[in-house]
Amino acid sequence: MAGASSYSGMVDKTFWMILGSSVIMLLGITATMILFMVKYRRSRHPVASDIEGSATLETLWTVLPTVLVMVMFYYGWAGFKVMRETPKGAMPVTVQARMWSWSFKYENGKQTTELYVPVGRPVAVNLESADVIHSFFVPAFRMKEDCMPGRHNHAWFQAEREGVYDIMCAEYCGDKHSAMLSKVIAVPADTFDVWLERGGGRPTGLKLMQIKGCVACHTSDGSKLVGPTYKGLFGSKVRVTTNGVEREVLADEDYLRRSILQPKADIVVGFQPQMPDMAGQLDDEDIKLIIDYIKRQ
Amino acid sequence: MAESKTGPAWTGNYLQDYGRRRGLMAWLTTTDHKRIGLMYMMAMFFFFTVAVMLGVLIRLELMNPGMQYVTPRVYNSLFTLHGVIMIFLFIVPGIPAVMGNFILPLQLGADDVSFPKLNLASWYVYIAGAVLALTSLFAGGGVPDTGWTFYAPYALRSGSNVSLAVFAAFVLGFSSIMTGMNFITTIHRLRAPGMGFFRMPLFCWGLYATSWIQVIATPVVGITLLLVIMERWLGIGFFDPARGGDPVLYQHLFWIYSHPVVYVMILPAMGVISEILPTFAGRTVFGYKAIALSSMAIAIVGYMVWGHHMFTVGMSDTARRVFSILTFLVAIPTGIKVFNWMATLYKGSIRIEPPLLWALGFVFLFSIGGLTGLVNGALATDIHVHDTAFVVGHFHYTMFGGAGVGLFAAMHYWWPKIFGRMYNRKRAIWAWGIFMVGFNVLYFPMLVLGIMGMPRRYADYLPRFHTPELISTVGSWILVSGLILMVWNLIRAIKHGEPAPANPWGGTTLEWQTTSPPPQLNFAVAPTVTTGPYDHTALRAAAAKEAQ
Ligand code: HEM
Ligand SMILES: [Cu+2]
Ligand SMILES: [Cu+2]
Repeated sequence: MAGASSYSGMVDKTFWMILGSSVIMLLGITATMILFMVKYRRSRHPVASDIEGSATLETLWTVLPTVLVMVMFYYGWAGFKVMRETPKGAMPVTVQARMWSWSFKYENGKQTTELYVPVGRPVAVNLESADVIHSFFVPAFRMKEDCMPGRHNHAWFQAEREGVYDIMCAEYCGDKHSAMLSKVIAVPADTFDVWLERGGGRPTGLKLMQIKGCVACHTSDGSKLVGPTYKGLFGSKVRVTTNGVEREVLADEDYLRRSILQPKADIVVGFQPQMPDMAGQLDDEDIKLIIDYIKRQ
Repeated sequence: MAESKTGPAWTGNYLQDYGRRRGLMAWLTTTDHKRIGLMYMMAMFFFFTVAVMLGVLIRLELMNPGMQYVTPRVYNSLFTLHGVIMIFLFIVPGIPAVMGNFILPLQLGADDVSFPKLNLASWYVYIAGAVLALTSLFAGGGVPDTGWTFYAPYALRSGSNVSLAVFAAFVLGFSSIMTGMNFITTIHRLRAPGMGFFRMPLFCWGLYATSWIQVIATPVVGITLLLVIMERWLGIGFFDPARGGDPVLYQHLFWIYSHPVVYVMILPAMGVISEILPTFAGRTVFGYKAIALSSMAIAIVGYMVWGHHMFTVGMSDTARRVFSILTFLVAIPTGIKVFNWMATLYKGSIRIEPPLLWALGFVFLFSIGGLTGLVNGALATDIHVHDTAFVVGHFHYTMFGGAGVGLFAAMHYWWPKIFGRMYNRKRAIWAWGIFMVGFNVLYFPMLVLGIMGMPRRYADYLPRFHTPELISTVGSWILVSGLILMVWNLIRAIKHGEPAPANPWGGTTLEWQTTSPPPQLNFAVAPTVTTGPYDHTALRAAAAKEAQ
């Protein structure tokens, strides 16, 4: 049975093995209970026999389950081993998670919000989070690993068939946890190579803000979402709370930079300190492009 | 005549007031383990009802894709409250606090627990914790939305009122520890003459193993929760990487407690089943020692498996393997119990009564819970189902189908003893049947959903998950109908039921030797023990004599 990823077949084999023996055991237990209930009910079997135990039987049902669960452990371990051994030469992609969006960064600097991968080539994902814990889950590939703030987890997969597969966040991360979705798009290897070359280099300010998920909480049209709008922001006076003290500041370049890198330093009055700090996810040049974009709104 | 109602000479039962105080005050100041058990029951019943309603609301929102009735923020608070109440206020105190308090001293042939005042104090600590938890809903930054696990760093950053909720859980822990210490001492010191450890009823063994876990594991979570509060208030970086802390450390500390605590829920329920089966099979239990010692084995091995909740956090691969193999080891003593229970029915003389049906319901549902646990224990498969609806299905089968149904079985078994009245048999069987159908219609689709890849704690979902979600919601309505019928039948019995004899089911343990309901000091004549707990020979001889 060919799965969507190189190891999904192995995982499914483990599923069938465990679920199969479980169903057999459950049916066995249930059937035995019902049989005894019918056969030994008081009207048919008025006098009970006291059987205190049986060394043979008890040994049997200690040893057999032990063997069975060790086999299950082995299957689980064998499938897991494959998942953890990233093949040499796998294409590295950095997966960046934040409340509440995903972005993907390729070796040549290309950044996207959907994960394009070549069919038949291994992809090594390097998992990062800017704020709380998220979890990178691609059900069709049978893969999942958490994106932990402050550490780098790794995993790998290889798509076996062209197609579009769901990415979902599997670790609870707040309001829009269930909307933290994206897709893996598996394309033929040569198409992928062309695609990757085309979009190399640094994205524009607006593109960056889409990729990094800024637009999920901020608008440029004056409407207020989770965070304040960019419209008319630059050069205006903003009321913020700094270390618990309310004050008014001028929204200049320094202020914007601080708001991106240390969003918890000044909290705009009327909003929650919810923004992830983007220090690890944007470099100086990116930030300059974004500030230029905000200036123009 | 009121004045004469004191001391062992008085022949009334514990439900009647005696001594100086009357009515409500008499209950609130009582040190009688039976009354304290009932006070726990009333408080827990209240919280259970609230949390069931929250569960039904969760299911209602999930009936169709898209947001229908609540915002995602409210949904997140719903499952947090549902989980926190179910875990900390209902199922952890659960059987020990209600049935342990009521039945343990009776089964040991004792007047009361070792420390009756501490027992009352632990009830008040429980109530204080519950009040704090409720306050956290209405005071401050809003209803907590972290999930019952309070994972860092989300729980450290959420604007909602997490500190108070966490503090409430901390306080509730003390109630657990106090009850645990009380039971351990009682079991060591107050067994009737002649009752060695291996003549003790298996329910007492279950409570004994449970109490040790409560005393040893609860302080760990207490400290962890305090660290969370310190981090939130003082900004000390224990768990938030932005302050130099480690979120994985939080998860270790949390699960070092919270895994063993699932055995706090289940071991007493297993004890209940081990009481009910011999009684209704009319024979001795099969493999007494194996059942007793497997409780201890589960308690000990269960300490070392917490990492199976963390297979995807990025622990070293070796650690993941060790936790996986240890997890499979816990399955073995659990399996032994199930096989011994089935063998207890073999060549019995079985009477089909509501307590037996609930006990068999337990075996069925808990088997599904245990077997799905194997999927979680195996590494390759857990990576896929971790944090999905599969896990939600799995733990409802174990905690609700196991510990919850164990409590219902205990209530049907001991209700005549507690209130001195029989409930309606037919209605009880109907309630059981509806409950069992509803339960599986509600939770089985969750197992399917998880394997399909539906994550848990999702306020909304992709259209491809719709059918099983819809079926599950319908199941919640069926289940609740069964629950309502069950509760109504039991409550009605208190006033309108037929009077119950001392030993309505033909039980062999000591609680059946005293009247129903028991007198204030439990036994008119202090019992002595000369046989094992499930020796039916005397009862059988009496029945044979009557038949002649
Ligand atoms: C009518 C009965 C019940 C219904 C309809 C119900 C339904 C649910 C559902 C749908 C969820 C998943 C929420 C999500 O992942 O988005 C859930 C979570 C949960 N339930 Fe229940 N449940 C019921 C009874 C119980 C009982 C009796 C217990 C405990 C003994 C329990 C303990 C929990 C816990 C601990 C969670 C996890 C909360 C979290 O993720 O933080 N539930 N319940
Ligand atoms: Cu999430
Ligand atoms: Cu666990």
